Amino acid sequence: MIGLSFILAGMLAAAMPFLLAALGELVAERSGVLNLGIEGMMALGAVTGFVITFHGGGHAAGFLGAGLAGAALSLIFAWLALSLRANQVAVGLAIGILGQGLSALFGKSYESMTVAGLPKLHLPVLSDLPVVGGVFVQDIVVWLGMAATLAIWAVLRLTKLGLIIRAVGENPAAARALGYPVIAIRYGAVMFGGLMAGLAGAYAATVYTPLWADGMIAGRGWIALALVVFATWMVGRVFFGAILFGAVSLAQLAAQAGGVNLNSQLLASLPYIVTIVVLGLISSNKRLLKMNGVASLGEPFGP
Amino acid sequence: MRLGGFRLARRDRASRKLAVVAPIAALLLSIALNLALYVAMGRNPVAVFHAMLIEPVTSWSSFSEVLLKMTPLLLIAQGLAIGFRAKVINIGAEGQFILGAIFASAIPVWFPQVTGAWVWPSMIALGGIGGMLWAIVPAIWRVRLNASEILVTLMMSLIAAQLLNFLLVGPWKDPMGFNFPQSVIFPLDATLPLLFPGTRVNVALAIALIWSVVCWFHIQRSFQGYQLIVGGLAPQAAGYAGYSQSRAIWMSLLIGGLAAGLAGAAEVAGPVGQLQRSIASGYGYSAIIVAYLGGLHPVGIVFSSLLIAILYIGGDNAMVSAGLPIAAVRVFQGSLLVCYLAAITLVRFRLIREPGGLRA
Repeated sequence: MIGLSFILAGMLAAAMPFLLAALGELVAERSGVLNLGIEGMMALGAVTGFVITFHGGGHAAGFLGAGLAGAALSLIFAWLALSLRANQVAVGLAIGILGQGLSALFGKSYESMTVAGLPKLHLPVLSDLPVVGGVFVQDIVVWLGMAATLAIWAVLRLTKLGLIIRAVGENPAAARALGYPVIAIRYGAVMFGGLMAGLAGAYAATVYTPLWADGMIAGRGWIALALVVFATWMVGRVFFGAILFGAVSLAQLAAQAGGVNLNSQLLASLPYIVTIVVLGLISSNKRLLKMNGVASLGEPFGP
Repeated sequence: MRLGGFRLARRDRASRKLAVVAPIAALLLSIALNLALYVAMGRNPVAVFHAMLIEPVTSWSSFSEVLLKMTPLLLIAQGLAIGFRAKVINIGAEGQFILGAIFASAIPVWFPQVTGAWVWPSMIALGGIGGMLWAIVPAIWRVRLNASEILVTLMMSLIAAQLLNFLLVGPWKDPMGFNFPQSVIFPLDATLPLLFPGTRVNVALAIALIWSVVCWFHIQRSFQGYQLIVGGLAPQAAGYAGYSQSRAIWMSLLIGGLAAGLAGAAEVAGPVGQLQRSIASGYGYSAIIVAYLGGLHPVGIVFSSLLIAILYIGGDNAMVSAGLPIAAVRVFQGSLLVCYLAAITLVRFRLIREPGGLRA
């Protein structure tokens, strides 16, 4: 029982790095661009957010700086992949390695240092419910993250901008024929993805585990990329997938809290194992992928 | 795209001369960018440049260390390039390398007193098998389940790192090792023979160079190399011609895993001499950079592995002499590939003047 309420209370916060990064990548992929550099953008956002917060800039400035850092790195990606039409996979990997290197370089002198996290907000009535009460004791970013999920769903589904983004990803030639600036829209979508990855990194480094350690993103950017595939490019499913991974990544702590003696390396591998299993299950359904997939994903577009 | 009054137009064929000029231009550009970064960090750029890029090649003792570093990079990158050329993107060489190291270590860990000339060759062979086994999951997932090998290979690497941790804090920990997470120190017959006396360079360098020749022969002269490339670039055309895409995927991943596994085995049986955490130091990721930087060509990869090895040794020098954090090497590697990918567009495109600002 301790394990269950512990996981229920913690899974939303644990889900945030996955959720924010995956939402950004979803928008980029919807416009037809595959950005494999997410892990590096999260790492750069994490160090930027941590350094700003550590030097007394406050969490708001930390998140802002992290978002800008992620967006700046994604601008380099966009210029290479969209303007120069370089191989998107290679550019994504290169930018990812660069981001992780910059993160390690800038974070060198902050190793093992800590910042204060964000306070958990206590809601009347809801937070006092038995077992599930913990779900309603969250920091402000969790609530903002959920609002962002709803907003991104609404923009993609209900607005003209969303329609244009989806059209650009589905059939860029037709979108251009209709007069839409395909490359400019893809730039915007990629930089939004970089911004969200930066924010996700800042959440990981200054709120979820407010302690600097090199390599702290630990594959969460890659899991976010996998999440977009699991969710078959749908916002609602990204949300639930992120929570699932939040819960899985808590299993290690929950097992310790509940006194269950399971191998800690096995538990640490659990998110990666679950990723492989779910990726196999979803990808083998070719019809599902074809129906919801993005037709021009990863293909360069130009005159 | 437009640049001032110019725009880029695709060339009918890639320019041969620029294919050589582009990597050199990329190197010069990234040197300039990184030196600017060191200046911003308050370091003396001349001292760092000297320590990083000149010192490693000025004495035989430091150049032999470069050759030692070059060995795993060359082995792994040649294997990865076979897949990359066939559009099979195995980014999990790090995990396959770790498995190779683990499998090779099994012999000296279980039989610490082992002797015999058969020991090190068996360890190398076991390492290759370990790397291959770790590549089977992504191959099945891609061929049978249509899952992206990019994500699966990466996840397998993260799992491999945990497996290594598990062995080193648990069953394979040296009982006399003061509780450090490392295995027993391997006996002499479980280490690779040296190639040049007085240095740490071992037979693995010879293996890597022979492997490079095999790779060159494979793409240049063999029908199978051709089938692999067609299978990756145009799966439908390959299907009509009777070449199987599944086979291209299996071959690419198994060969990539084999090469990375060999490199892992050579690392524990070579300079390290025991199984420890530090063997997972990112060769598998750097080899991705080496492969692309070498233009995915076996000859280019020999040069790019040498360059990245110089950067590794130079980075160590710069850490000691100029106080530069070792992470600067990762930044340099990343920026080098970014610059290279920008530079090779000049191979594929040329600038033409935009007529009167009108766009077709």
